[in-house]
Amino acid sequence: MKREPPQSVADYGPLFFPAGMLLIFFVVPFGTMIAVSFFQRQQGGFYTPAFVFSNYERFLSVFFGGVLGFSLMLAITVAICCVVLALPFTYLLSKMARRLQVVWLVALLSVLSLSEVIIGFAWSTLFSRTAGITNILVELGVMKQAVALSPSFGAVLTGMVYQAFPYTVLVLYPAIVRLDPTLVEAARTLGSSPLRAFFNVLVPALRNTIMATLIMVFIFALGSYLLPQILGRPQHWTLSVLITDQAIYQSNMPFAAAMAVFLVLVTLGLVALTLLIGRKGEKA
Amino acid sequence: MDTILRKGVSRRAVLGAGALGTAMLAMPSVLRAQDKSLKVGVYGGYFKNSFDKNIFPEFTKATGIAVESVAEPTGEAWLVQLEQAAKASAAPADVSMMSQVSMIKGQSTELWTPLDVAKLPNSKNLIDRFINKYPDGRVAGIGAVAWYITLVTNTDVYKEAPTSWQALWDPANADKLGLLALVSNSFLLEVTAKTFFGGTNALDTEEGLLKAFDKLAEVKPNVRLWYRDEAQFEQALKSGEIPMGQYYHDVTGLAASEGHPVRSTFPKEGGIQDSGCWALSRASKKVDEAHIFIDYMSQPAIQATLSRKVGTAPTVKRELLDLTDKEFAAVSSDIEPILPRYDLLTTKADFLNQKWTELIVG
Repeated sequence: MKREPPQSVADYGPLFFPAGMLLIFFVVPFGTMIAVSFFQRQQGGFYTPAFVFSNYERFLSVFFGGVLGFSLMLAITVAICCVVLALPFTYLLSKMARRLQVVWLVALLSVLSLSEVIIGFAWSTLFSRTAGITNILVELGVMKQAVALSPSFGAVLTGMVYQAFPYTVLVLYPAIVRLDPTLVEAARTLGSSPLRAFFNVLVPALRNTIMATLIMVFIFALGSYLLPQILGRPQHWTLSVLITDQAIYQSNMPFAAAMAVFLVLVTLGLVALTLLIGRKGEKA
Repeated sequence: MDTILRKGVSRRAVLGAGALGTAMLAMPSVLRAQDKSLKVGVYGGYFKNSFDKNIFPEFTKATGIAVESVAEPTGEAWLVQLEQAAKASAAPADVSMMSQVSMIKGQSTELWTPLDVAKLPNSKNLIDRFINKYPDGRVAGIGAVAWYITLVTNTDVYKEAPTSWQALWDPANADKLGLLALVSNSFLLEVTAKTFFGGTNALDTEEGLLKAFDKLAEVKPNVRLWYRDEAQFEQALKSGEIPMGQYYHDVTGLAASEGHPVRSTFPKEGGIQDSGCWALSRASKKVDEAHIFIDYMSQPAIQATLSRKVGTAPTVKRELLDLTDKEFAAVSSDIEPILPRYDLLTTKADFLNQKWTELIVG
């Protein structure tokens, strides 16, 4: 079947519905947010329509720069951890019997049904001194006394990786299953060890998928604001936590909007940069 | 078969007649109640449930005014909704329970209908500070309920109750505290000022504020958890994971009465007293009903019921109440409370928020 380029307006018909949805539920709210970010904050009141840059000025400080930097670093770390864990996991999963695969996938999907709050509270109990996993280590004689592992950066990272892991597997799974099995077989016949075949053949073949997965998990992790609060100390709070504080507790919508716009811009910039580097790498 | 059918029909008929009869009996009172009605906003969840169960039915019985309670979201979302609705001359609730900061913010846009004290004879029962006034003296709101935030401890970890807020600064309590995470709900600057600088007046000047921030920064190494979510701290306090902190007096008392090893102490500097006001939206047409409602709620007997059933501290004077010492101690204290500086939290909101966030995050 040969695809004809659309000729008339009617040919574009099927696009109208998704375009309309995108307009109503994304473009309009996002536009409103951008507009509000330039409004004048009224202390002890609300805000008045205006065109001022003071909200952005307040954000441009060493303090907020630090928080933004931490948020990006945390999201990148979560993305890398997830992919490093999920890639071998999904590969091994794809080699399993069909029925076992289904069991694993259902188990992973059920993790998605847990809310962030439940995940946060469960991990904070597991990491607590009074009821946490260190008590088991004490029982086993590995540790002298139980310690609290939360709040800490490790706790935040663990919680967020746990939350994002199922998504990572679900994104990687179709690509890995579809991968031509003869690629690895060929590498093995030519004498590579399984490990070497995995890194030299499989990983490069999945390069684009891995890149897309990294970006997806990164963006997913960037929006997290409950887990850093429950499992971290204030220095582990992400920019999303501070945006929520401004919007809900300080009623400072203009400043919250400005921070959110800034976060979106930086995120888009980073994603664009990643894609650009990826394309250059491909040409070389 | 025939008999079964007949039985079935007759039973259904009886049921139908019964239902109709009940409905007819109930109808007049429903109609009468609908003549006069009032929409009242209270915080959703525990507060709304308690009011629906213990307070509103009695009010309707006494006055013939039906109450439709509306669940308010916490934070300032409700204020924003009332404000937007008033611009369109609509009132999602006639009377609402509002936080003190929301009262001040609402005053800036004349959101609250001034109340006529002559129509509120019971308002003289109230402790003066619970009458919320516009800068020119008009009454904007009447104290609805009050509650205390006190120094709480786990009794397994602390055999002796602490006596002063200074315990928060004690180096022996390193990494043991749970404190509220926001400048606007923890009131820790006020606590610092009262404990170390002779009173909350020390916060009048910017210099005084900075001094209080510096002193408060010394608490940081002791804090394990800065919480927004109450359940998070309550759980940790009960288990002894985080054995000391600031928390709500009534909830802690309730947990102790259920057998959890926790206690709430009024430090010698006083507990932090926060409160909510009844306020009438300017878009509401139910001015008379609202006055009757607010006056009813200001009776000592109703305030005592609130203390017993909902666990709030009374807004009327102690001597007018029939609460026993034990009942009073469960919700309040005779120690002079630390009163939050709501004025600063509105006029210097952004400055305080910025300094506070830098203090705890930095």
